[in-house]
Amino acid sequence: MSNYILDFEAPLKVIDEKIDMLRLTGTKTGENVSSNIKKLEAKLEQKKADIYSKLSRWDRVQLARHPNRPHSLDYIRMISEDFFELHGDRYFAEDPSVVCGLMTMEDKPYMVIAQQKGRTTKENLYRNFGMSRPEGYRKALRIMKLAEKFNVPILTLIDTMGAYPGLGAEERGQAEAIARNLFEMPLLEVPIINLVIGEGASGGALGIGVGDRLFCQENTWFSVISPEGCASILYRDSSRAFEAADAMKVTAADLMEMGIADKIIPEPNYGAHYDSDGAAKVVKETLIKEFQYLLNMDKEELLRQRFVKYERIGSWKE
Amino acid sequence: MVEWFRRSTDKIKTISKKDTAEGIWVKCPRCTQVIYSEELKKNQYVCSGCSHHFRITSQQYFNMLLDDPKNILEIGKNIESVDPLKFNAVSKYSDQLKAAKEKTGYNDAIRTVVGEIGGYKTAIGIMDFSFIGGSMGSVVGEKISRLVSYAISNKTPLIIVSASGGARMQEGSYSLMQMAKTSAMVAKFSKEKGLFISILTDPTTGGTTASFAMLGDIILAEPNALIGFAGARVIKQTIGQDLPEGFQRAEFLLDKGFVDSIVHRSDLKNTLIKIFKFFKYHPDHLVT
Repeated sequence: MSNYILDFEAPLKVIDEKIDMLRLTGTKTGENVSSNIKKLEAKLEQKKADIYSKLSRWDRVQLARHPNRPHSLDYIRMISEDFFELHGDRYFAEDPSVVCGLMTMEDKPYMVIAQQKGRTTKENLYRNFGMSRPEGYRKALRIMKLAEKFNVPILTLIDTMGAYPGLGAEERGQAEAIARNLFEMPLLEVPIINLVIGEGASGGALGIGVGDRLFCQENTWFSVISPEGCASILYRDSSRAFEAADAMKVTAADLMEMGIADKIIPEPNYGAHYDSDGAAKVVKETLIKEFQYLLNMDKEELLRQRFVKYERIGSWKE
Repeated sequence: MVEWFRRSTDKIKTISKKDTAEGIWVKCPRCTQVIYSEELKKNQYVCSGCSHHFRITSQQYFNMLLDDPKNILEIGKNIESVDPLKFNAVSKYSDQLKAAKEKTGYNDAIRTVVGEIGGYKTAIGIMDFSFIGGSMGSVVGEKISRLVSYAISNKTPLIIVSASGGARMQEGSYSLMQMAKTSAMVAKFSKEKGLFISILTDPTTGGTTASFAMLGDIILAEPNALIGFAGARVIKQTIGQDLPEGFQRAEFLLDKGFVDSIVHRSDLKNTLIKIFKFFKYHPDHLVT
């Protein structure tokens, strides 16, 4: 088991510790404990299956942020044969919270635009906790235009709490940078798949999130604001985020129901935080299949369907 | 003793603060000058003392811009929110909607019409900040989408006057996706070589700024309007220092290069006509 235990996994930790103790006793006393260990392991497996079969929305939010969950660069490493990173927006700066580059997957070229979080404090400071500044969105657009020029399909990986709310970001037009991408992405004449690999909040996520397909991994969330942000506005108390997660219906399953997500990509063996290789394998298979389908489409038809997809999103009566 | 002060009769009514604006005298929130309300109306709801632009309703704005506010074709007038998430936190969204409808007399936070400005047939949407903070949910998104479709089919210019706190949290990711929806429509319109003038009024923030509002071919702003992406409180918390004077005001955005011009309300209509004329739109009278 990982050393990072979420609240809802506490019962698993208890059984796991029992198994460890038993093993220790076995080694010390020479007693045969294998049958007892087996029993406990079966119990652990059953409890795990039980817990993971009824995850709450807030549990999913926590899983989406699990430190053992693969980040963008991990996925890129796991699904590609080669990756060459491109930096800078050509106007102001490089923004390391967005990683862009040329990726080869099964000998085919793809342009990747990916939000990147860090693991250590140092990494997180460098990646700005995955919160992009205007330069990140402008770099993304530059690279997407490059992809269009050479007819390379685009994969975007979404994993952000939102765009960076800083003084400089406002001065340099955070809103304009995001808006510009929302304007340009529907027009790009290459297939675009947007994949949520962790969390996705607000315009910060949407700024690289427009395309032909929106896929969400099983343990991810995507909404207009983070549950904490919503709770601090509604209840003036961000610790009530679990209620906000329910109110806003933020999970991948919710997005399917709303007709916003096009597919949930399953995470084998209880999630990407347990089995990242397994998760990456399913991601890769799904992407290859879908890109193949989209690449076979007529350009005009691709764009027409993309427009229709966005035109019909919403819920109202008349 | 204390009982003396207790109000025993309900004949005396307390006037709440927001009701006083409807009275005969209005106090300017900026320079505190007291203005006669008829005078304020004549002055297009701009304080004669300090030029403060009052927040006004979509109807007041239509009256100001349209040649004949009655000669209009309203688009998507009956579109209403259905509370798709059955959102219930602190208060029910359905109750909020009901209260906002009663308060404003409108169905949602934008009204979209086709009308005439200086004889030029124009597709124009104006937001109402008084309707749940002018927030954008499915209804605002759909109405803008239809307005833009009209402008594309009829080759009219497009104007959107923003007054909005951003995306409507109570509709979750539906609201978020309205940013993509409205921006995609503006992109489509632009590809058809349509002219989009975005007018930013106090306040224009969040998901509204980060979508159609920042996508005008020409972006105009009212003096001193609050315009930005993140809220000032959030930014202050993030950076842990005070924000500079005039931060996120129209003049700040002009200085940073994000609006084309700051236009006083009294010049707005003429400015729009001048732009239409420059881009060779033809006066095209609306037949309703």
